[in-house]
Amino acid sequence: MSHSIARQRDSVRYRSRLMQPEAERRPDTHPLTWRLRDDGGVVWLEEYLRKDGYQSVRKALAESDPQAIISTMKDANVGGRGGGGFSAGLKWSLTLQGGDIPRGYLICNADEMEPGTFKDRLLMEQQPHLVIEGMILAALANNSFYGYIFLRGEYVTAARVLSRALDEARAGGWLGRDIDGSSFDFDIALHTGAGRYICGEETALINSLEGKRANPRAKPPFPGQSGAWGKPSVVNNVETLCNAPGVILNGAEWYQGLSGDRTDDGGSKLYGISGLVENPGLWELPMGTTGAEILDRAGGMRNGRQLKAWLPGGASTGFLLPQHLELALDFDTVGKEGSRLGTGLMTMVTQEQSMVALVRNLEEFFARESCGWCTPCRDGLPWTVRVLRALALGQGEIGDIELLEKLAADCGPAQTFCAHAPGAAMPLQTALRHFRSEFAQGISEPRIKAEEG
Amino acid sequence: MATIHVDGQSYQVNGAHNLLQACLSLGLDIPYFCWHPAMGSVGACRQCAVRQYKDKNDDKGMLVMSCMAPAADQTRIDIEDEEAKAFRASVVEWLMINHPHDCPVCEEGGHCHLQDMTVMTGHDRRRYRFGKRTRRNQFLGPFIGHEMNRCITCYRCVRFYNDYAGGSDLGTFGSKDNVYFGRYQEGTLESPFAGNLTEVCPTGVFTDQSHSDHYARKWDMQFAPGICHQCSMGCNISPGERYGDIRRIENRYHGEVNSYFLCDRGRFGYGYVNRSDRPRLPERREGPDSEPVSIGVADVLAQASDALRHARRVIGIGSPRASLESNHQLQALVGESNFSTGIEAREQACLELMIQLQRHAGLPTPTPRGIENHDAVFVLGEDPVQSAGRLGLNLRQAALSRCKALGGTIGIPEWNAEALKTLAQDRYYPLFIAWPAPTDLDDVAEARYAMDPDGIARLGFAVAHAIDPAAPAVEGLASAEDQAARRIASALMAAEQPLVVSGGSLVSEAVLEAAGSVARALSRRAKKGGLVLIRREANSTGLSLLGGQPLDWALGELARGNADAVVVLENDLYQRLPAGRVDAALSRAEIRIVLDHQRTATAERANFLLSAASFAESGGTLVNLEGRAQRFFQVYDPGYMRPETRIHESWRWLYVLGATLRGETAGDINLDTVVHACAGAHPALAGMVDAAPDSNYRIDGQKLAREPHRYSGRTSMRANQNVSEPRVPQDPDSAFAHSMEGYSGYQQPRQQVPFAWAPGWNSPQAWNKFTDEVGGHVRGGDPGACLIHPVPGQGSYSQPVQGAGDTDTLRALILPRLFGGEETSARATPIQQRTELPCITLSPEDALGLAVKHGNVVTVNEVTRLPVYEQESWPNGWAGLPAGLIAGLLPGESLTLRKVEEGQR
Repeated sequence: MSHSIARQRDSVRYRSRLMQPEAERRPDTHPLTWRLRDDGGVVWLEEYLRKDGYQSVRKALAESDPQAIISTMKDANVGGRGGGGFSAGLKWSLTLQGGDIPRGYLICNADEMEPGTFKDRLLMEQQPHLVIEGMILAALANNSFYGYIFLRGEYVTAARVLSRALDEARAGGWLGRDIDGSSFDFDIALHTGAGRYICGEETALINSLEGKRANPRAKPPFPGQSGAWGKPSVVNNVETLCNAPGVILNGAEWYQGLSGDRTDDGGSKLYGISGLVENPGLWELPMGTTGAEILDRAGGMRNGRQLKAWLPGGASTGFLLPQHLELALDFDTVGKEGSRLGTGLMTMVTQEQSMVALVRNLEEFFARESCGWCTPCRDGLPWTVRVLRALALGQGEIGDIELLEKLAADCGPAQTFCAHAPGAAMPLQTALRHFRSEFAQGISEPRIKAEEG
Repeated sequence: MATIHVDGQSYQVNGAHNLLQACLSLGLDIPYFCWHPAMGSVGACRQCAVRQYKDKNDDKGMLVMSCMAPAADQTRIDIEDEEAKAFRASVVEWLMINHPHDCPVCEEGGHCHLQDMTVMTGHDRRRYRFGKRTRRNQFLGPFIGHEMNRCITCYRCVRFYNDYAGGSDLGTFGSKDNVYFGRYQEGTLESPFAGNLTEVCPTGVFTDQSHSDHYARKWDMQFAPGICHQCSMGCNISPGERYGDIRRIENRYHGEVNSYFLCDRGRFGYGYVNRSDRPRLPERREGPDSEPVSIGVADVLAQASDALRHARRVIGIGSPRASLESNHQLQALVGESNFSTGIEAREQACLELMIQLQRHAGLPTPTPRGIENHDAVFVLGEDPVQSAGRLGLNLRQAALSRCKALGGTIGIPEWNAEALKTLAQDRYYPLFIAWPAPTDLDDVAEARYAMDPDGIARLGFAVAHAIDPAAPAVEGLASAEDQAARRIASALMAAEQPLVVSGGSLVSEAVLEAAGSVARALSRRAKKGGLVLIRREANSTGLSLLGGQPLDWALGELARGNADAVVVLENDLYQRLPAGRVDAALSRAEIRIVLDHQRTATAERANFLLSAASFAESGGTLVNLEGRAQRFFQVYDPGYMRPETRIHESWRWLYVLGATLRGETAGDINLDTVVHACAGAHPALAGMVDAAPDSNYRIDGQKLAREPHRYSGRTSMRANQNVSEPRVPQDPDSAFAHSMEGYSGYQQPRQQVPFAWAPGWNSPQAWNKFTDEVGGHVRGGDPGACLIHPVPGQGSYSQPVQGAGDTDTLRALILPRLFGGEETSARATPIQQRTELPCITLSPEDALGLAVKHGNVVTVNEVTRLPVYEQESWPNGWAGLPAGLIAGLLPGESLTLRKVEEGQR
């Protein structure tokens, strides 16, 4: 297996690689990646334990105070790293517990399918035990009965690594009955998905996990009230869960301090970059690092190409312009520019690339990945695709740009059932705003009417 | 109650509703697709968007889906907000992207919710200029046509079929803009409620195949308020007629009986009305072997009355599938002491016992809708979906409704359908079924006990004893039975409102007494609860209230020569008792007058056959299993399109025959006269007068229209017969006009609605305009009058009946079946196509004893050949036979089975 991993990692197309050497990564500044090896090998249990592995679990089990875990996570203000940015501690505090409420499920959202995003993959492929450790903490805090890792089906390597790591953790007494002599029981099953983008939406994920169609569910009730199999359930992103051990071990204040004065959001973030840059890859950097610094670390645009636009955190975020590179990449700052931080993995677009073709490609993806439940998404997105195709072929008609604007506006939050269509609308809307002339070029001469009807 | 503010106006609404429900109940129009009053909200279609404001200082607000927002007190919304209107227009434009716009050739056209909503939303210009998606359709059986190109993906079909009705063979396939609703492969839809898809579907994806075979637009048919005659449930129907044929049956909303849904027997079983072999003229048969000859009405009346005048004694045999009025006229003709109900003796004893239990067992009989409020159910000796169709759907909702209670604990409103489903998963209210074979409710039942009739009775008595120690104990109870009894008893006692369900399917008084004892025990333990007793036929309850001797007595009187004439009303005696006994009786009766609308074996023996009207051509009253008297009305005058025919209501034939017999000139009678005559003669039926308004009823001085405003072709539809158009038939019997002239609106509250139509509402969703709140009651009052009222007290316990014990021979156990198990609907082609191949059910042990295996063919009583079906846990000593297969076979009768060897087939 290590051979195939190495071969994949060395391939040119493989972007999920950490670009910081071991020497730069320290436990107090790089809680997510300091254990990773320069050779890219997997940090298995023995090495993980040597590097302070599972210490947060030991500490939390000894203290046996789930509410304290929740309040520490709340104080640390760990924003959801799947792109939503919702405070994980706040989410945990809303999980129904106690009385005759049944124990529910702790679900790790590892369905990383956001185009341009490959951060969870690194964590799962090289440091599986950090994910497991975070899940145990979350389970303890949320009184969860059982855990699931819902993994993107195409992440075959991650599946193999996680399976072995789960076996190791079970054999090592970190999963199963009576973990570390604490009388706390918890185990985790790995569930590989069948490859649908919508499964990254937490309630669609739960439906898929239950064996149902991956349609999102209406909220409220939230998963914390009635989630998987109707029981209180918590769904957290891989990177979010990987933040928990550091927070519990070192405290909320330390976590807040990681980002210095760059931003109000605390912690470190696994940032990344792809597109035509010299060295695409991943870096663990303080929250609020600017796009310019990341681009700089990546060695700038490849062969001196000019940057035209960039997506800050995946296909469902809005396009930003070169002047926005100086902004701190955190949830608030990016939000104010009409985009979203999303996953924090930047996609760079060069001057040579056609925005029409690019947006057409994105919208085809979103239209294809619609679950088909609500009308704007199911029938509205394919219409944008048809119009964009026409524009790309120079067969656009007068009014097409306004039609696209209306279609995008109709896919706003609350108008659609879940965030899928709003996510699809954002790159379209921002591209139309910043690059309208490119779209206008796709409109051919108006048809001549002999008579006005 | 809550106060909400809509477009600046304040309204009082039910705060437990969502905003869409509340606004529709106020009569305000908001377009919608995925929401359905019986199925709640899921927020899929996004059509019902409105602008909601946080409070009165909020002037921005935001768009919300009204179906997913509670009608909480002080909610402020604007329906007429410009952005909301624009968004709703966008939604319908998206829905129409792939819709084929084939309205002119679509059978839904003219009663299509999609058309209504598209017009309501104002979408009339197509901007989408690209290609449309096309689909393959499936063959879904004889009932339902499938045209997937029309689908707008509202998900209502699968939500009804699977979530509401418990089906499992219709699913959602594909994703994105290519979602497909169908079966995994072509084939007949298995759910006995599949027909409701034609009304649940907002457009023409699922259409009525039986209607398709002789299609007419909704506006081109005439309708009358009908009552389904195909079982004892009494579902309200809206039969539509054109050119003298019934074209389709649709649901007629009744807030307490059938609400929005029918079973497929009721919807597709009307074909017997249209059969070309129906007797449409009176017939005379000279001798037993001679061919019948059609004769005129005056002649047949003169000859028949002449014959009766010379008879020594005339026996009248009534029928539980005929109206009270017809039965009463027969009773009046022959005299009370010569009248038989036409029901076999043991069945009649059961029917009488059921009335007695409804009055004296201490628990009231809930309405079918009320069944859904019960939180524990015990079914003894019934397979409700097979024996009472629609009632099975009510029982399923009772079990499913636990989700609402569970949702209440974490604040999920009752309309939030998907959330309740998620929360409840497979947690249901306890439902116990004691029945020998698998039932259609097993999937939501906590347990089914496969027992024979005696075992079921013993279990029931044991449950009663476990509830109330004062109830007599059952001797020699096996420990498994005892455990089952305790389990059922504790579930019933733990419930707020337990329900006991039984009925006549097993023709066992012991089973009924046991059910009565359970009800009695619950009542004595001060439980609020209910008792539902299922009868076999449309007017079984009515006949047992009317009274009369059983059929066995009538045949005996004839066979013994105590009478030499018989008048048989709409009854095929060969279905009820063995042919030998019927033959023996009829062959000794010199005068045999039969009234029927079907050619039955009994009608073949008539020397006078009077061409009777079916439910579609007559009016009358039926009493359903609740004891609710309900009136049905003539849909069309059979003589209008077929002037050569002489079809009349049986009560009219019998009245005139009586007058002729007495040498009087028959005066004018109408339905009101015979209703009052029947009610006056029978104190138990006195309340039937109030079942419906009489013929003098008017709204704004007008009769009620049977035909919609756009009814076309009136002046030409008979032009092939005669260029001069006759006057439209006058209806002396009811307040309905055979015309588009008359009241057909919704503004005036009325209980009798032939068809639902309101401006802008052409589809069945128009019923929402006729109810006090959507899903509530008909604004003029739900039709019908209850005739059976509980008497205070619980009566006294009856002793457990000890079974006859094992016999050497196999006994017949008749299994009711929805398709093929009822005499008249079994004459409809679609029902025949849907009827499953019959088999004989045996326990593996009995099969071994007979040296037959699953799939072997046996002869039953040397006549009927059937394949053997070995059923695990089927009671030994019993052979299960489908109802309606072997005419005249009595339950419990000993059977002779002989294996057919391979070569003999």
